[in-house]
Amino acid sequence: MSATTHVETGKAWGGAYRSPYGISYGKMMMWFFLLSDALTFTGFLTAYGFMRHKYQDIWPVAGDVFTHFPFVDGHIELAYVGLMTFILIMSSVTMVLAVEAGHRLDKNGVIKWMILTIIGGFIFLGSQAYEWYHFIHGTEHGAYVTPMGDVFHIVKADEHGHAEMLKEWEEGAAIKPATVRLFDGWQDNPGLIKGADAEKMLAEARWIQGANLKENEYGHPLFGDFFFFITGFHGFHVFSGVVINIVILIGVMLGIYHKRGHYEMVEKTGLYWHFVDLVWVFVFTFFYLL
Amino acid sequence: MHRDDIIEPALEHIHGEEEGKKKRAVIWKIFWLLLVVTIVEVGLGFKFSRVPDAKPFLLITFITLTIVKAFYIVMSYMHLGDEKKNFRWTVLAPFILFALYLIFIVLTEAIYSFKMDQNFNW
Repeated sequence: MSATTHVETGKAWGGAYRSPYGISYGKMMMWFFLLSDALTFTGFLTAYGFMRHKYQDIWPVAGDVFTHFPFVDGHIELAYVGLMTFILIMSSVTMVLAVEAGHRLDKNGVIKWMILTIIGGFIFLGSQAYEWYHFIHGTEHGAYVTPMGDVFHIVKADEHGHAEMLKEWEEGAAIKPATVRLFDGWQDNPGLIKGADAEKMLAEARWIQGANLKENEYGHPLFGDFFFFITGFHGFHVFSGVVINIVILIGVMLGIYHKRGHYEMVEKTGLYWHFVDLVWVFVFTFFYLL
Repeated sequence: MHRDDIIEPALEHIHGEEEGKKKRAVIWKIFWLLLVVTIVEVGLGFKFSRVPDAKPFLLITFITLTIVKAFYIVMSYMHLGDEKKNFRWTVLAPFILFALYLIFIVLTEAIYSFKMDQNFNW
């Protein structure tokens, strides 16, 4: 047996010393794990795309939902999630610098950049908690939901003619279905419901505030479901990434990898960390921007 | 005994201070690129998200910029560009094939499903 299966060491496809890919086992397997994880996220995001296209006429616009910024009052679209993206890209840079320091066998450099990466990860997780908090608690005015499950808001012009959301019905107000977006000249929007029709609708409706898995004040409940699921699953990846980074950092500090003569473990955890950043790039585009 | 079932980490990545400087310069250059692209995206979203006619333009721009960002993260930060061509395509080809197929089939179904809801009021 052994005589016929003998292969010369050094030949690429013979199970020889180096793999035909010229990459070590650990890094290769990390890549294949990331490939499967990427397909998982692709599945989630395309499922989101399915529901968004199926309910394209009644889907909420993310720009109307995520409008909070810490320590600033008022309505600021996209700024906070843009900042979160910046934080994650920044922590990706510190991670790649840690890998580079590892290639120079610079132990203190690796420790410094990995600590910064971990801090970036914690800031991102905190930001996500902030987003979730505001999404779950919702706005002051909340929304009304009809027995059919349609969500609407009460809207009235303030002294400058801008649309203002109200919690209670007032004389001269109108009902805005959650799916109607208000542009300039919004008071003539044919989607608004006024007068007796509006008051009749209001009498049958129930007031809700914030979001959970069954309903949300911004519109279609599936929007909330996908938000919790996709950002939650991504956030869990970030959390595991931070934990893995801490474990590897301890290894670096103990000098385990320095003794081995290479910092490949830092490269492997770096691959995972960049992948988390990569997924966020797509979540950011498809959930928040589009 | 020499074991051939353990594939050792490649040591050729290890480089000196001189080369490290060059690599760090590239890393920071790509950081600025990613930052500028993100700022452009947020700016476009902020400016045009309430303009109904801008929708197709935004769709194409955002998806293109996202793929640009993903390309730089994967090829440079994850060093896939430095791996052998064999390995690069072993990772990328299955993903691209599956993703395109899934997106095509799911969005086709979704639009069909949307039209069904429009045509029949249950």
